[in-house]
Amino acid sequence: MLSIFYQGLPAFNPPQDDIVAELSEIESKLADVVPDSSEARALTAREEELQKLQATINKSFLSKPPAPGSREAGIGPALMGSIWVCVGCSVFFLPLGVGTAVFLEEFKPRNKFLRWLSDMLQLNISNLAGVPSIVYGILGMTVFATMFGLFGSPNDPFFELGTKFKRQYVTEGMQVVFVPVSERDEVPTLSNGMTALKSDGTEVKLNIIGDDDEFPEDDETLNVSLLSDSEGGVVAENAWYSFRLPFGRSVLAASMTLMLVILPVVIISTQEALRAVPTSLRQGAQGLGCTPWQTVRNVTLPAAIPGIMTGCILSMSRAIGEAAPILMISGIVAISMGPQHLMDDFSILPLQIFYWAGQPVNEADPHNFQHVAAGAIIVLLLVLFAFNSVAILLRQIAQKQLS
Amino acid sequence: MFWSFIPYQDELMATADNTANQKPVCLQRREFRSLAATRFREWFILAALACCTLFTVLITVTIVCLLVGQTFQFFSMPETSITDFLFGLKWSPTLGNEKLFGIWPLICGTMLVTVIAMLVALPLGLVTAIYLSEYAPQRLRNVLKPILELLAGIPTVVYGFFALVVITPALQAVGLQVDFYNAISAGIAVGILCLPTVASLSEDALRAVPRRLREAAYGLGGTKFDVSLKVVVPAALSGIISAFLLAAARAIGETMIVAMAAGALAKLTFDPRQQIQTMTGHMASTATGDISNFDVRYYSIYAVALVLFFITLSLTVIGNIVRRRFQEAYD
Repeated sequence: MLSIFYQGLPAFNPPQDDIVAELSEIESKLADVVPDSSEARALTAREEELQKLQATINKSFLSKPPAPGSREAGIGPALMGSIWVCVGCSVFFLPLGVGTAVFLEEFKPRNKFLRWLSDMLQLNISNLAGVPSIVYGILGMTVFATMFGLFGSPNDPFFELGTKFKRQYVTEGMQVVFVPVSERDEVPTLSNGMTALKSDGTEVKLNIIGDDDEFPEDDETLNVSLLSDSEGGVVAENAWYSFRLPFGRSVLAASMTLMLVILPVVIISTQEALRAVPTSLRQGAQGLGCTPWQTVRNVTLPAAIPGIMTGCILSMSRAIGEAAPILMISGIVAISMGPQHLMDDFSILPLQIFYWAGQPVNEADPHNFQHVAAGAIIVLLLVLFAFNSVAILLRQIAQKQLS
Repeated sequence: MFWSFIPYQDELMATADNTANQKPVCLQRREFRSLAATRFREWFILAALACCTLFTVLITVTIVCLLVGQTFQFFSMPETSITDFLFGLKWSPTLGNEKLFGIWPLICGTMLVTVIAMLVALPLGLVTAIYLSEYAPQRLRNVLKPILELLAGIPTVVYGFFALVVITPALQAVGLQVDFYNAISAGIAVGILCLPTVASLSEDALRAVPRRLREAAYGLGGTKFDVSLKVVVPAALSGIISAFLLAAARAIGETMIVAMAAGALAKLTFDPRQQIQTMTGHMASTATGDISNFDVRYYSIYAVALVLFFITLSLTVIGNIVRRRFQEAYD
């Protein structure tokens, strides 16, 4: 969980060794491709154009984390976050949406009152489809992310599973060390010779400098030396199965919220797909003695599957592009890697674009965040284009099958 | 008994008893699977599917309860009052010591963007719909319709970026004195966003007009233009109105475009060249802050969301009712 807020708010992670290494590696790579920015100003317009082209979409743009400079920025975590949220969302909306559509289309009641009730349900769904997505965002924020504040704040959850805590200290030699603790609020008593972990996982023995002790001189000792009154922040390390009760700004909360947004769309498109199945097929099945569920399972659903898939894929492409509800859940967060588990912080592609597009434009520099945003938009549109092509193909299959 | 005069009565009763208790002879030796399991499965599946459906009702109920409940929370705070909220003309939740919560600047901003969007979407969408339904040859229609759908599938952040990078500079190049963030570019982008909705819903309405109406108009000597504009469009008017209402609801609820291109300064103005803030824009700008901070500004988004929900819901309900009535008219 290496989150740094964009506005420069200090999150509890100072730059860690691996990121520093990664950044310097990227810098050295960039030095080969892009000349120094002081030289860049002297370049001719033609070369500037070339430079822009080089800096847009390439392999490292797709994998790099967002960075404070526009040249180093990439969409890796955001792309991974989008995929996680979208897949998580489809896990929820598929059973719920298809189930509701089957109930409303295939189990139509004969009773007059029940028929009125089913009409009301239908009206409710078409009204839900008209509710602005940001209202769903507020619903998801209150119900999933903070859970009405009933279970405490997401930073101090009521229930936690699969989380280990560490206290993080910066030694006198400016090295980061972690001391494992058993609870979130526990402050370890620092003692001479206690073991701590470095960020690469190797164990070191700490040297604690008391008020009366002498300050060590050599770098070796400085690197593992801590003042006895030094304070450390809490770092939580989550296992892949980790879970907590107010979901907080997590992938799970976001995917459940997105599920609410696209559920009406999925229901309506699935109903249309089911309606397109000829009645004669159902009557044939009933004539052979099938029960209503057997008819649905063995006849109607298989015939409607291409249509249902089309609707679901189109809804998923809507879910990928949806930004407003996720903005309510997660705000704008910059993270250095994609989500590792369901409770992880995340960012998604549209929010990344939203953030970059709002960055001030520096006229002097030919390369600014608008270009990065444009590159991210092209990636997003390509993903959507792929989704839509699959949907159109499936629709053609469906039309052929039923005609 | 009084029917005991019937001949062979005893024998008849005996056979009746037998058949009631026993299966027919041909089935007596067979063993049948019990239907209880099947019946239970059918019942169970029906119940599970009904639960899925009830979930949608739960969503609606939760939205309403949540918004109303949290809005009460908002009005119970010392800084706020219902009269100020409904009739106040100033909205400044963050600036200065005095926090003012009057909804009208936000509603005014929303209406400004929506009106501009509808001014763009309605004529363009209607013309597109008329062309697609009345004029375009089948082959061209097959190409144009998916393109329209593709337009509907483009994410709203992309439209927001488009407004920021293309529409505003274009307006400035034309000579309009617009701010960097302004209502008109956001409105135009929202209009483009609503265009497919208007076009495809209106086209459905136009195509649902029975052929006999057109034939009659042609028979009276009308040109294609006469027929489309004077017969088909009036006949499909309710469908077009419903398309307009649904698109307006979508424009009012649109968030990302206005958050990106319309600015973040709530003021009561009808000048589209200035920067404004809409209801959704306020919610988005609050959300970019910290959500776990339960202060008056946090609760204000629920009050605004309730107003927004009420407006869009009424537009959607009216739109759906109008469309349903029109569907029945020609069947």
